[in-house]
Amino acid sequence: MGVYAIHVLNALLYSSVLFLIAGGLSLIYGVMRIVNLAHGNLYALGAFVTAWAVGRAAEAGAPNAVLFALLPVGAIAAAAVGAVIESTLLRPFYKRAEEYQLLMTFGLLMILEDLIRLVWGPNPLTATNVYAALGSISIGGDRYPGYNLVIIAVGFLAAVFLRGFIYRTKFGVLLRATSQDKRMASALGVNVNRIYLQAFTLGCFMAGLGGAVVVPSQSAVLGMGVDALVLAFIVVVIGGLGSLEGALAGALIVGFVREAGVTWFPEIELAVLYLIAALVLLVRPAGLFVRASR
Amino acid sequence: MNLLSAQGLRKAFGDNRAVDGVDFNVKQGEFLALIGSNGAGKTTLVNLLSGLLHPDAGQIIFDEHDVTGWSAYRRIKAGIARSFQIVNLFDRLSCADNVALSIFSREGKTETLGTLAARDRPVWDESHEVLRCFDLDRHARMPAGAISHGERKLLDVAVAYALRPKLLLLDEPTSGVSTREKAPIMDIVSSIVRSGGIAVVIIEHDMDIVFRYSERIVVMHQGSVLADGTPDQIRQNEVVTSTLLGASETADAPFASSDHAGS
Amino acid sequence: MSQVAGFLRGRRAWAAAWIVPVSALLLAAPYLFDPFQTLTLTYGLIAAIGALGFNLLLGYTGLLSFGHSAYFGTGTYAVAFLVKYLKITSMELLLAGSVLASAIVSVLFGYVCVRYTRIFFGILTLALSQVLWSLAFKFFWVTGGTDGLRVPTPKLLGLAPTDDKIEFLAHRYYYYVLAIFAACVLIMWVVVHSPFGKALQAIRDNETRAEFIGIRIRRYRLIAFVISGIFTGLAGALWGPLNGLASPDILVWTFSGEIVFMTVLGGFTTFVGPIIGAVAFTYLKTYAVGFTVYWQLLLGTVLLVLVLALPTGITGTIQQAAARLRRSI
Repeated sequence: MGVYAIHVLNALLYSSVLFLIAGGLSLIYGVMRIVNLAHGNLYALGAFVTAWAVGRAAEAGAPNAVLFALLPVGAIAAAAVGAVIESTLLRPFYKRAEEYQLLMTFGLLMILEDLIRLVWGPNPLTATNVYAALGSISIGGDRYPGYNLVIIAVGFLAAVFLRGFIYRTKFGVLLRATSQDKRMASALGVNVNRIYLQAFTLGCFMAGLGGAVVVPSQSAVLGMGVDALVLAFIVVVIGGLGSLEGALAGALIVGFVREAGVTWFPEIELAVLYLIAALVLLVRPAGLFVRASR
Repeated sequence: MNLLSAQGLRKAFGDNRAVDGVDFNVKQGEFLALIGSNGAGKTTLVNLLSGLLHPDAGQIIFDEHDVTGWSAYRRIKAGIARSFQIVNLFDRLSCADNVALSIFSREGKTETLGTLAARDRPVWDESHEVLRCFDLDRHARMPAGAISHGERKLLDVAVAYALRPKLLLLDEPTSGVSTREKAPIMDIVSSIVRSGGIAVVIIEHDMDIVFRYSERIVVMHQGSVLADGTPDQIRQNEVVTSTLLGASETADAPFASSDHAGS
Repeated sequence: MSQVAGFLRGRRAWAAAWIVPVSALLLAAPYLFDPFQTLTLTYGLIAAIGALGFNLLLGYTGLLSFGHSAYFGTGTYAVAFLVKYLKITSMELLLAGSVLASAIVSVLFGYVCVRYTRIFFGILTLALSQVLWSLAFKFFWVTGGTDGLRVPTPKLLGLAPTDDKIEFLAHRYYYYVLAIFAACVLIMWVVVHSPFGKALQAIRDNETRAEFIGIRIRRYRLIAFVISGIFTGLAGALWGPLNGLASPDILVWTFSGEIVFMTVLGGFTTFVGPIIGAVAFTYLKTYAVGFTVYWQLLLGTVLLVLVLALPTGITGTIQQAAARLRRSI
């Protein structure tokens, strides 16, 4: 029984991180109609900044509590970089064809990839102290790393928080209004530029948080951003671009399919995911969970 | 002999019954105006006839074929062509290119990859001839996006005309054009289609145009046909005048010219 | 006859005059440059064939594919498989095999993709190319996995390669590629100037209008997609023996991004833009990689500047500058 519980937990773990990344991507698209190809690199940035901060603090002898408190710095860094990117580089492109945005974000991807290498070098960074600090717990007779539960919890909390944020706060209303009809919102006095900045920053924060929270259990390694982006794409294709519920559902589907694949069909694991994405695009191009109107 | 006859056409968008049980026919070479207030269902009807939309119910017979289930492609090959309320042209291509494309398509030549389009003299000669008929030949080399709005409306009609259709559906061919320019546009259109024996259905809001050029007027209101007759018959039809203008107008007042944007 | 005379008198004749010195340069290249330069040029010409195919979709049909690595990789792997499993050594047969393989893959993928446009089209092409990448990765006992498959130099027109491999590649292989490049340029030139090519541009400019003059949008897009895939597959096939190795790197989506990059660099609004962009990008990347380990930073910045300031690329910008010059005279 413990084995199955562990598989479920692994799937949830994967889904949590994916939700954070894909949710950010979807949020940005939903509000701004931009597909940010560099989004994965903000996830990577979050991972590197957190690993670096935790590593330095650990060297300085900081206690575990401080190390845990430092985890979110990656998310904050990603958000800050996102804010700079949006206000300087993205803004000129809103009036232009969306193909140019794709190109521009692709250029950003290349730049961020090498900036990370420039700052932190080619070797992976780890934050294993944090991981080890929580030891392992017993699940049905098997041991399971305690830290993994933290990741699942963060993902869950993020989903709950975002739902409340988007649907119950004034900012959320403005966000939804702008995403549905930007011109109308603007005519009603909404500062669309500011909403865009905030939405983009929030999306990048989520991606960075994904990286920050996952880095103790994996390491921060070059190329993780590029890999993550494709997976995020699969999630939003399945769940629907622009829908947070879709990102959650898509993340869960991908997480569980991948876990099943890794366990029983390791050869075709990745290919199955891409094929599912292609199938969904064929049958329901807007995604499985997006409402018809947009 | 009816070129086109449609019975019992229905099309709804959710609760909105845009076309609600419409019978509609057009004779060979007839010049028919389709009028009605905004939301009457005129553009939807044209969309159903041209194949942009498929009806929920009803039948369309064109040139003795049942075209109800036919794609737009088949209908165009059968002889139905249209222009659009918002001008649809190939903006980056020249005016000559725009018309030539209709001709290439009509001749089935658009499927050829191995010959140079520029070498096909007959197509370009015909394209220039069509442009000349529409008084656009001085713009032959200009991109379609660069000419004036009125000229673009004419080009839109020219592109449809170059398909040598039997039935031309024109959705507001003079909308957005200044009053001064409307008559010249309609003069060109009506003389060309009359000399070619082409049946025309135009959606129009400008009543001067409607009464001046059409032989027959069909009035639509909230998805149904309200009246169908010659301009004189429509002018004297009290139901029509009160529905379209409201009860405050007197029965013998002539139709006011109205320039509505949108349908 | 009067057409030729008119052409020679016209502006277009002078604009096209640059073809003569460029062709002379290309023909004499192995004698003018050292082998390394010639090899770089060969890579550039191969990339140009791929970009030419890619731009049929982007510049002429208005579809931005982010998955063209799929066809390039299919071409390369087809050559590798034919050599390894069927022991074929004739380059002509290898090319035929790759063209067939790329055609099949592009028909399959294209059938699915052309039902969509814009962002969804791009994402779908990306997802499908990643399917191939992951297959190449995972089925390592067939594809060699991350190590890849070796691609030995084949026989060109029945003649076995000489012992001096570098000399062979920089000389005979270069002319082989040049000949195929010239043929591809000619074929593509005819295609885009044919009635079909005009129809593609119509679809690009206004899908609705194109449909309502009787053009079957999906069918034409699919045909363009397959031609595009075949050209890019051919490029991949030529690339295999030159690189000596087929690996999943040429299937990954960021490689598709490079194809887009080079086309936009040269200018996707002109016929020669992709060719110039491909050659320029090849040189740019070769020197960047040799110059610094942070070559992605360099190239990424170039792309940013390009998209911000010179969106019509090298050729588009030159065209606009020339037009302004003409107006001010």
